[in-house]
Amino acid sequence: MNFWERLGKIDRRIIYLVVFLGVIIPILLKVTFRVEPMREVKQAYEEVEKLPPGSAVMISIDYDASSMPELQPMLVAILEHCFKKDLKVIMLGHWPLGLPLGQIALDKVAKKYGKVYGKDYVFLGFRPGVAAVMINLGKEIRQVFNSDYKGTPIDSLPIMQNIHNYNDIGILIGLEAGSTGDMWVQFAQARYNAKIILGATAVVAPDLYPYLQANQIVGLIGGLRGAADYESLVHVLGPAYLGMPAQTTIHVLVVILIILGNLGYFATRRKK
Amino acid sequence: MANVIWTWIAAGLTLAIFSFLYKDNPFYKLAEHIYVGSSAAFWFIYLWYFDVKPKLVDAWLQNTGFEKYILIVPAILAVLMLTRFIPTISWLSRWAIAFTVGMGAGLGITGALQGFLVPQLQATLLPIWVNVSDKFTVNLGYSLNNFILVVGTIATIFYFYFSKEHRGGLGYASKVGITFIMIAFGASFGYTVMARISLLIGRLFFLLHDWLHLV
Repeated sequence: MNFWERLGKIDRRIIYLVVFLGVIIPILLKVTFRVEPMREVKQAYEEVEKLPPGSAVMISIDYDASSMPELQPMLVAILEHCFKKDLKVIMLGHWPLGLPLGQIALDKVAKKYGKVYGKDYVFLGFRPGVAAVMINLGKEIRQVFNSDYKGTPIDSLPIMQNIHNYNDIGILIGLEAGSTGDMWVQFAQARYNAKIILGATAVVAPDLYPYLQANQIVGLIGGLRGAADYESLVHVLGPAYLGMPAQTTIHVLVVILIILGNLGYFATRRKK
Repeated sequence: MANVIWTWIAAGLTLAIFSFLYKDNPFYKLAEHIYVGSSAAFWFIYLWYFDVKPKLVDAWLQNTGFEKYILIVPAILAVLMLTRFIPTISWLSRWAIAFTVGMGAGLGITGALQGFLVPQLQATLLPIWVNVSDKFTVNLGYSLNNFILVVGTIATIFYFYFSKEHRGGLGYASKVGITFIMIAFGASFGYTVMARISLLIGRLFFLLHDWLHLV
């Protein structure tokens, strides 16, 4: 067996070990890179930045623990931005398993900025029927959520006094691990002209670029890289920013492995 | 203290799942079974507490008049769906399925047309000669971008035109189309690699930070 044949038959466990080391070493050494934010993330940041203090931002938790490493840092960075700018946060979710993640982030960041529940932010929770919920939110939020996550009537919360539908929301931010983002565009943007920013896992993000190109969404935050970009824009060095060196290392490794694999394939094919 | 215990349990389950990378083993099987069991239990509870109870049981108890009695319709449809378990009357479940398909298709078609097809078509009708503000000089970057977008869209549509053999002009156009499709697949693959590595980073960060406190 020559060198090229051996190259094509590397034990997958060796590759796993190299990938493991490629991730763990930069994290242990606490290496950091300067992140240059992508245009679509800057657009998202600037749209939030443009909102006057007191405006309402609706954040939808459309993910659960399986996408937490990518979307939770994004959520924390967005909440930091909103509370820093004195924006009102209205959180809800279409993925019931993700609700506790939204609650954890909301409580943590609200506490940091001294925000008061019911006055500066509210957590509406979940209602079944994704499309029906989105359509009815465009008519009257109370038709869908007459109480918050803990059962408090929303009319008793000062934050909800003048908020009835998408017209009263400055920006809707959907954090997406599946196809719920498409539904936000189809039902909230197309029907009610809601201004939407989507943050998505890297698997979902490529499918959302056509919406950005068609101006159906005003910003797109894609994957851990997008989360790192947003963290750098709001000057919060969170897990996404700290994960970028490991991400870069593995990307270089994957490119090298693809090149070596192809060289091995073509060399052995020529021999046959 | 509770947090510490849960962190150790989460770390143990993470390592048990990772152990499959070496080979299948009892620790992996244990973690897998815990995951499947807890997911099934969660969805059972979820369907009861978020769907059946508030939408049917509570609504029946709280409402009066028409709003109360209209609930008999979804209740009957729900029962009909369960007839799938009885072969002799399983055909009744088709009524419930027909209702669901009809509603889904109605919502889906209007949403797709209004929210996807028409706006995306509009976004493809672009000038391939874009002038800068003085109206005489061409903006090369925008023009090239629009040209690629228009050619890519048309060529990809040609690739999916199956009523005529892909020969001659149509053959060339479909080859351009498949090139664009391959580039899109490549971009998706790149993003997928990034996503999977992000998940690994997240888990290892949890082990090093929350569990071992090394970073």
